[in-house]
Amino acid sequence: MLRRFWATSLAADLEYQVNVLIELLAVAGNLAGSLFVLSLLFGQGGSLGGWSWEEALVVLGLYTLLDGITSTVLQPNLSTIVTHVQNGTLDFVLLKPVDSQFWLSARTFSPWGLPGVAAGFALIVVAAARAGARPDGATVAAALVLLLSSTVILYSLWFVLAATSIWFVKVWNATEVLRAALVAGRYPVSAYPVALRTFFTFVLPVAFLTTVPAEAILGRGSAPWLLASLVVAAFCLFGSRKFWQFALRFYTSASS
Amino acid sequence: MRGSRRLRFARGWRIARVLLSTQYAYMLEYRAEIALWALSGVLPLIMLGVWSGSEAAGGLGLSPERLSRYFLSAFVVRQFTIVWLVHVFEEDALQGRLSPYLLQPLHPLWRYLASHLSEQATRLPFVVLIMAIFFLFQPAAFWLPTPGGFLLAVVAIHLAFLLRFLLQTVITMLCFWTERAAALERLLLIPYLFLSGLVAPLEAFPEGVRAFALLTPFPAMLSFPAQLLAGEPVDLAGGLITIGVWAALLLPLALWLWQAGLRRYSAMGA
Repeated sequence: MLRRFWATSLAADLEYQVNVLIELLAVAGNLAGSLFVLSLLFGQGGSLGGWSWEEALVVLGLYTLLDGITSTVLQPNLSTIVTHVQNGTLDFVLLKPVDSQFWLSARTFSPWGLPGVAAGFALIVVAAARAGARPDGATVAAALVLLLSSTVILYSLWFVLAATSIWFVKVWNATEVLRAALVAGRYPVSAYPVALRTFFTFVLPVAFLTTVPAEAILGRGSAPWLLASLVVAAFCLFGSRKFWQFALRFYTSASS
Repeated sequence: MRGSRRLRFARGWRIARVLLSTQYAYMLEYRAEIALWALSGVLPLIMLGVWSGSEAAGGLGLSPERLSRYFLSAFVVRQFTIVWLVHVFEEDALQGRLSPYLLQPLHPLWRYLASHLSEQATRLPFVVLIMAIFFLFQPAAFWLPTPGGFLLAVVAIHLAFLLRFLLQTVITMLCFWTERAAALERLLLIPYLFLSGLVAPLEAFPEGVRAFALLTPFPAMLSFPAQLLAGEPVDLAGGLITIGVWAALLLPLALWLWQAGLRRYSAMGA
């Protein structure tokens, strides 16, 4: 079903070839800028929050990858919830014999985020190799699991915010706030002062999005963090599900 | 002659007052949205977090107080120089809402300028609130600028806003020719982000990059007013001249593009 959903949106989007160029330029520009700022932060010194240059690049790669996933799947899909509520077309979605959360979260797919995904992935691989990571089976498995759980956390945060549009139609800006705050994930969480570090671990789980998977990729992952990440991911996903069901109880369709 | 000039001035003043007060009332309706927009400008504060823990700041001799003041000032300047002209204009032109504006004996750009200024007025209380929360956590960073310095900073912020508005007007006018003006604006935002001093103080730049950045209009849009507000020593004449030169370049270009664009403009039903 996903294949069919996404094949149709891909066909519609590829009509615009100039957009590809613009998107590639944007990804390259953003990456160059991020590298520049990171190099400024390192200055003459050799570390940022205890991370070496190559290790910090893995974190930046993870951020780029997740940001690409956001533009590819999360943003194009979840921005439509607001429109559905406004136009009353959410009724049609609810009537479909498909789980409504799944339909709303995976209906379309925008290829414009793919350059970001590719750039992020390449940066992770190159930086991890230069940082001297020795990927054995267990490391790769742990890294993949953690990457999956960080994607799930990211998705849940977006979905919960987008679902609040059932009550507040003008909530789309809230996801901009989320996107702005997640920029913090460009740097290892240990680079922040203690108060912010606590905030980014327990309140807004930025640490689990980029820092924890990066540790695993570099072969420094530990079982407690792996477990914690899985628990947070499961909690977020379960929470988003419950929240959607709760929100739907307040949804009175357009005609009523 | 003098009488007619006074009359024209009085008329202009009346139009400005009415425009601003109606746009302000309109913007008040969007308080909640504007509060969220204000909150989405937290980038300089996040960067403050990274910078304050980095070895580079110590190496450059940037004290924690100085960093806090600089990035908080950058946050404030960013809040009052945000321009979203291209997005509204694109929609207005597409849906034909521009046509009635064109019939009025007032350049439509004044209307957009007034709505930006009103949005800033609506934003002010939220910015003050965020600043208050910031000082609650970082009382050591609190500072009061001198009255003269504060006035200069306010003037510089407005000039920086006008320069950004002009630059975006030039991009916006491309709406008449292409549907990708907004995408172009998004591209232009990237050098602004990294060269303006929003994510790193210009002093931290390597010599060559700083010289290059100063050739672009971006530092004058953020770093210059932010340094004034933070009470740092700054090349006042140089900053003002930079803004003046760029404005002198962009204003005729924007007006010419407007004229040329209007000739191409065919709204819905026109």
